[in-house]
Amino acid sequence: MYEILEIKEIAKETYMAKVKAPLIAKKFKPGHFVIVRVHEKGERIPLTIVKADKREGNITLIFKVVGKTTLMLSRMSCGDSLADIVGPLGNPSEIDKFGNVICIGGGVGIAPIYPIVKALKNAGNYVITIIGARSSDYLFLEKELSEISDELYIATDDGSKGFKGFVTDVLKSILEKRGDQINRVIVIGPTIMMKIAAEITRPLKIKTIASLNPIMVDGTGMCGACRVKVAGEIKFACVHGPEFDAHEVDFDELINRLNMYKELEYQALEKYLGEKSEK
Amino acid sequence: MRKLPLDKRLRSFDEVALGYDLKEATLEAQRCLQCKDPPCVKACPLHVNIPKFIKLLREGKLKEAANVILEQNPFPSICGRVCPQEELCQSACALSKIGEPVAIGRLERFIGDYILENNITLPKKTVSGNKLKIAIVGSGPAGLSAAYFLSMHSCEVTVFEALHEFGGVLVYGIPNFRLPKEIVYKEIERLKASGVKFVKNVIVGKTVTVKEILEFYDAVFIGTGAGLPNILNIPGTNLCEVYSANEFLIRINLMRAYKFPNYDTPIKVGRKVIVIGGGNVAMDVARCARRLGADVTIVYRRTEKEMPARREEIENAKEEGVKFKFLASPVRIIGENGHVKGVEFIRMKLGEPDESGRRRPIPIPGSEFVMECDTVVFAIGQSPNPLIPNTTPEIKTNQWGCIIIDKNNMTTMPRVFAGGDIVSGAATVVEAVADGKKAAFSMMKLLGK
Repeated sequence: MYEILEIKEIAKETYMAKVKAPLIAKKFKPGHFVIVRVHEKGERIPLTIVKADKREGNITLIFKVVGKTTLMLSRMSCGDSLADIVGPLGNPSEIDKFGNVICIGGGVGIAPIYPIVKALKNAGNYVITIIGARSSDYLFLEKELSEISDELYIATDDGSKGFKGFVTDVLKSILEKRGDQINRVIVIGPTIMMKIAAEITRPLKIKTIASLNPIMVDGTGMCGACRVKVAGEIKFACVHGPEFDAHEVDFDELINRLNMYKELEYQALEKYLGEKSEK
Repeated sequence: MRKLPLDKRLRSFDEVALGYDLKEATLEAQRCLQCKDPPCVKACPLHVNIPKFIKLLREGKLKEAANVILEQNPFPSICGRVCPQEELCQSACALSKIGEPVAIGRLERFIGDYILENNITLPKKTVSGNKLKIAIVGSGPAGLSAAYFLSMHSCEVTVFEALHEFGGVLVYGIPNFRLPKEIVYKEIERLKASGVKFVKNVIVGKTVTVKEILEFYDAVFIGTGAGLPNILNIPGTNLCEVYSANEFLIRINLMRAYKFPNYDTPIKVGRKVIVIGGGNVAMDVARCARRLGADVTIVYRRTEKEMPARREEIENAKEEGVKFKFLASPVRIIGENGHVKGVEFIRMKLGEPDESGRRRPIPIPGSEFVMECDTVVFAIGQSPNPLIPNTTPEIKTNQWGCIIIDKNNMTTMPRVFAGGDIVSGAATVVEAVADGKKAAFSMMKLLGK
């Protein structure tokens, strides 16, 4: 059904999978995501779509191995099939001619920022892209992003490539020099990074959009697992988002909820690894 | 009716009500008075000829009894289990005036299971003219019912489902101990055998639009249900271990979290669970949590008398050790390091009846109190799923988000029909089945060539 056409490791612990999904490919817009179930007893996890080939009827997903489901997915091969894939979900990114836009992708957040950069560039914006990761081996899509961005900055925590420090440090230094020329900031990555980015742009009153990554089950608005507080109201990231005004998001609450199943997720991973090593 | 022994109930998700055997069913069937102008038939939303099937049952003509039900009700195995018969057919039963009404629901279930075991189907009706090609959106009770009646009249039917399993609320909402998944799967298999096509993982409005479907189909039936959970926006609502009933039940029923880690989806139940609400969903949540080993209290803002849950379900919950606290409403959820520690409630008293006819609960100032717990579940209702109206402006909704239909169940968009909870807000399985049936006949009447 949902055949994997190509799968490869593109950076440390990070994989790219091209999957046959003609209906989703046809409808894809930047910002959309899918819900994937890897096997018959599997959980439903949201993954962002990086690109879609409408003619060939496939979509490309990039994911980082963080638990059992993503580990199993990374171990699948060409010709294998996913149990389920459904989408495209969420609202597409707002793409318009804003002027000068900064797009930030941190860690695996580099993946979803790519189609947004592309669409913003096509819409006539001047796009400054900042990507970052723990170290250079975790980076990917550098070449593709440098081709479509007007400026590309790289940050690594250990300084193994580009600026030594966080993407938010780069953001800060750009804004110090030409903050008054920036019309919009889009940030996707670890929640704490998005929170810091929002705090940097808040005093400058630069419209900042964050794409949130809460825990989801159905992804269609039915369960409310992905609820976040935005401007004091309860919103479901799957149907109202996943992009929200970063200045209105309660990031601390989101960080707390993201850790809810940590122990159980670890237990599932340990069990899986144990079963694998027995065989 | 025989029930699963209590110790087994608390250790499994197996069905609690065991149903009648032939002897018990025949005996119960003999109690029917065979009224000339049967009030039970009028009270049944599907107008099943109840006295007729009961008569055939007691004569041992089970296949004939099955045929009588199947003319009007496609899923007696499901309705026999989850219908509120005490408010419908059985409340109208002439015997209820002098004592116990005939256990129509249990007899219907008996025949329903006989139908599944013996694979009984009605022959398709021959229809003149072109065959209609119909798309059904949502595989819950409304959609499945429409599919059944359309297929029975030789229409070409495709059912689109957003989730990875078919059955809608019958599989994600109602727990196995009340409606075994096997029953739903078998009913769906029967529909497949009669030629209905099923496609999973298609979100109409997202994956394909209603307009795109209309290019390939003569008409569309929308039965997408009331899937949107209501969550109180009180302090602490977004702490960990605060669930909507939908999430709690989806994790357990659809994702099999009760079998974690053999299934991958986890759930956190903790030692003490507070369920807020008083409907069947609150009972379902509480009984699931009991089976996962928790101490469970249902807190409801009115009294037991006003609880909308079925008596039978309240009794089952009580037998299983669920505790009840009445006349209290949550004010805030108390957390520590992001985790739930307890709920602060305010005591309520009953005032004048409100528009629902039930006495309105009024908070008593200064009566706040705290109950400790590890998990909180809101079972305070659902709203219609807005996905299709949001992506199809031609389909108009009312102020509650329910799709507006005319007397033929047609929406404000030509060739698009709707039924079930997406129209009513939130009602019963049998009403959804009745809606699907009505829409099916309207579609054939209005579009049949």
